[in-house]
Amino acid sequence: MSTAETTWISGPVLRARPDGAFRLRESVTVGDQALLGEVIRIARDEITVQLYEDTSGLRPGIEVTGSGRLLSIPLGPAILAGIFDGLLRPIADIADPYVKPGMQVHAARRFHFTPSACVGDPLVPGAAIGEVANGTGIAQRCLMPADLPGGRVSAIADAGEYPDDQPICWIDAADGRRLAVAMTHAWPVRVPRPVQARLPSDEPMLTGQRVIDCLFPVARGGTGAIPGGFGTGKTVLLETVGKWCNADVIVYVGCGERGNEMAGLLAEFTELEDPRSGRPLLERTVVIANTSNMPVSAREASIYTGITVAEYFRDQGMNVTLMADSTSRWAEALREVSGRLGELPGEAGYPAYLSSRLADFYERAARVRTLGGETGSVTLLGAVSPPSGDFSEPVTTHTRRYVGSLWGLDAKRAQARFYPAIHPLQSYSLVAGNLARWWHTTGCTRWQELRRRFLTLLEDEARLERMARIIGRDAMPPRQRLVLICAQLVNECFLRQSAYSMNDRFASPSRQAVMMRLIGSFIEGSERLLDAGVAPEAIRDQPVFRRLMRMGEEIEEGDWEAFSALDQELTATIRRLINEAREGGGE
Amino acid sequence: MTYARLVGEEIANRAEGPLLFLSRSLDVGLNEAVEVEGADGSVRLGRIAALDEDSITVEMLDDTAGLALQGTRVRFFGEPLRFHVGPGLLGRVFNGIGKPLDGGPPLAAEHAYRVDGLPIKPTAREAPSEFLETGFTSIDLMNSLVRGQKLPLFSGGGLPHDRIAVDIACNARLPGDTQEAEGFAIVFAGIGIPHDSAEFFREEMEKSGALARTVLFLNLASDSSAQRLLAPRFALTAAEYLAFVEGMHVLVILTDLTNYCEALREVSASRGEVPSRKGYPGYMYSDLATLYERAGRIRGKSGSVTQVPILTMPNDDITHPIPDLTGYITEGQIVLDRDLHRRDIYPPIRLLPSLSRLMKDGIGKGRTHADHPALAAQLYASYSQAQQTRVLAGVVGEDGLSEDDRKLLLFGDDFEQTVIHQGVDARTLEESMTAGWSALRALPAGELHRLDDRQIREHLLDRAPRREPVA
Repeated sequence: MSTAETTWISGPVLRARPDGAFRLRESVTVGDQALLGEVIRIARDEITVQLYEDTSGLRPGIEVTGSGRLLSIPLGPAILAGIFDGLLRPIADIADPYVKPGMQVHAARRFHFTPSACVGDPLVPGAAIGEVANGTGIAQRCLMPADLPGGRVSAIADAGEYPDDQPICWIDAADGRRLAVAMTHAWPVRVPRPVQARLPSDEPMLTGQRVIDCLFPVARGGTGAIPGGFGTGKTVLLETVGKWCNADVIVYVGCGERGNEMAGLLAEFTELEDPRSGRPLLERTVVIANTSNMPVSAREASIYTGITVAEYFRDQGMNVTLMADSTSRWAEALREVSGRLGELPGEAGYPAYLSSRLADFYERAARVRTLGGETGSVTLLGAVSPPSGDFSEPVTTHTRRYVGSLWGLDAKRAQARFYPAIHPLQSYSLVAGNLARWWHTTGCTRWQELRRRFLTLLEDEARLERMARIIGRDAMPPRQRLVLICAQLVNECFLRQSAYSMNDRFASPSRQAVMMRLIGSFIEGSERLLDAGVAPEAIRDQPVFRRLMRMGEEIEEGDWEAFSALDQELTATIRRLINEAREGGGE
Repeated sequence: MTYARLVGEEIANRAEGPLLFLSRSLDVGLNEAVEVEGADGSVRLGRIAALDEDSITVEMLDDTAGLALQGTRVRFFGEPLRFHVGPGLLGRVFNGIGKPLDGGPPLAAEHAYRVDGLPIKPTAREAPSEFLETGFTSIDLMNSLVRGQKLPLFSGGGLPHDRIAVDIACNARLPGDTQEAEGFAIVFAGIGIPHDSAEFFREEMEKSGALARTVLFLNLASDSSAQRLLAPRFALTAAEYLAFVEGMHVLVILTDLTNYCEALREVSASRGEVPSRKGYPGYMYSDLATLYERAGRIRGKSGSVTQVPILTMPNDDITHPIPDLTGYITEGQIVLDRDLHRRDIYPPIRLLPSLSRLMKDGIGKGRTHADHPALAAQLYASYSQAQQTRVLAGVVGEDGLSEDDRKLLLFGDDFEQTVIHQGVDARTLEESMTAGWSALRALPAGELHRLDDRQIREHLLDRAPRREPVA
């Protein structure tokens, strides 16, 4: 391995005199503590290294050792249900509660392996060799590394427990080499893992949140961004989606965010059960935590670490959702590194390649046929923290260009404690049309029609609110007053959904569909009432209106009887009011 | 200090702004602390900022005016800057770099901690969930503070944030009778504050007896900028010692972080770094995070560090980089309002943009009161409606409003006068909740969508009708 001698050091950057060849982006270790770094610039007689850890105490003369490979992470059965720093080093050991320089990549652990391939079987890169259990209830596959050539199995271990870094399968490769494969293999974080084909995105990634699933859905293998100023609820929304979405594995990347939030997330995910498997949510989760006070340079790498982990599970045929909170902190880390290299700054000091880096990141989301022939997906959701909540800043504008769904958070809604504070007029979903079929085949045949209806209503509301501000609400014609009442119902009962309410934190597609239908009935019924001459305020003052407003809170998941009772009450109320109006009119 | 290991004489080659360039005749490491003694006997603190094979670059933490190259001695500590702490910290007054200002004896130096601290592993953190009472309704009821949280106060020039800081320091308590048993302490750091404010803090706390449970750090406006950057770090090091070694619940009040950020900008500019927004360095977010993230709890340790940093928003602009970056790191914010202040409402807290992110974990059944969350949510929703109605009334006039809207308007005024405004007296949480329910009685029960039927019955309908406000 090549070595180099440090000649200059300042902050997290050092320069060294190389003895042997180094590659760009090669990972290196520095000094006795084996601090981790990456080569970011090379010349014949000098290399520049960026360190991912605190550099206090380093001095000229200290040795830099090359690893011979690009910055890589170990992918294997130890990852699931684990918690790691930005370079996938475990931080679960809390005997020492502080992050100190020189943490090591995980030590080998033993896992139960069951072979699925037999001696003599041909194996393509990325094919499954066997199953691995890590005690989470999720069966993981042991994969043939995608960067090795295919070949035939010459020997394979029997079912049993093995250390994850020891060979369990031997392959005679097509090129004549004899390869040994372990349960864990290394993969460079900046290189996307190869797939056979990308598949169309026509299935929704369900989040259990009505405003997302019904109004601005995201597809499996799709991308979504959540821009919002501070205090608008980005993190709570991401965490809520993480808890209730129908993915097999969640990768949560806390990128430059709060330590207490990560602690809260860990506590909650340990307590809460996955509604589908009944096991702790943490067991289907990988947490990558680089909090805002951990070394900045590792923040840049943590996003790539996260997506590589997500692709690893996708390649086992799973549906994975990755949450990155927040991509803005990642962009800022890029800016800091770029500044240190003396690159020409672009807009707002960000490097000119910010846009292409963001594109590279979001392009790694996909629904695919894997090399092994399975179907899997990676869905990417990124929070964006625009300075001063101004959506015209570079990270937000560039992100907008690449994502399929955008959930714009609104400070006004958040201030009124209206959560999720997704503003319907600042959000969009490009895939809603593709997903309508899925809803229609699962029984909600009016999904697309009602969705359109709600959106139109909300648009009208915004326009009428402006008018009401000038002429006063009472001066508006009854039809417009009714629009405002219906919009209030859609907002308060359908879009607002408390993440902390036991009944309402999660809404299944059927529950969402029922609520959508009920609101639809109210809108249609109240229009009939208006035609019959009933004042909009009289409709609003009916007891059934308050029941409708609170149905998300009051009627729990699966209580279809309560919903149909409410439906009947609504029908009866409308009938009664119409009759009263007729009688009143006849007098 | 007597901890210096190595001494270099006549090694200074060049001085430029706050930077001092030395010949590298000794084997020292990055970030280590140094002490530079001028020929005139003056001693200045510094830190090793860069190293190459021939030279050492030292960043001076004190003013370099009057420093000469000849006759200068440099002492190397061989380790980063540390604060030596021990028992007897409470009741003491220090300057920004941990030297006693109260004429008392030096501290028993049992432990030496790096003033920069170390990041706590997210896995080692205990999620904050225990309520801490400040005595202010707008905080306790509406934006509850929990132990281990960092909740800043966004103020503006001329607003009474000093008064609020002192009131919190004097009135804050752990609810119930746990105070004696668990121990509660205040660490109060004045950062770049005028001499008068420093005296005000010291006097008020002495008067109320709070000084006995307080450690006071005073960095005056006349002290050097580099020292300003150290003051909160020394204060937090003391807080961490009290919390995690002595097991106390510590509330850290830092005022004024705007002065800190100005010093950061000044030092960055003198280093010749590329500025980011409004001339502040690009790393200001990360730098502030190294302060704010030192709030928290650690699993298996009984104490906690809670932070209430105070900053003045330049020109009352909440989008200015200082409040903006702070808001992205802290767990919420309490915003002060000039309009309320003009109307003599104390504390003048503007509730709508205020927020406590960790409130939900610290309140409710088994923590404060089962109905606390719903009450706070309903007050927020109604007050926000009232504010909208106020805007409407500004255009169409009060006469153009509907009956319900007029009720809202009255509720809004009453809410500000009876719930937000409380004058000089601290309120317990119970008193705050009573004030909240009482204000809600002015609204039609059917409009209260955040309350369930039982809450409406128990707290609003079953009670005697509300007393008419005295004219």
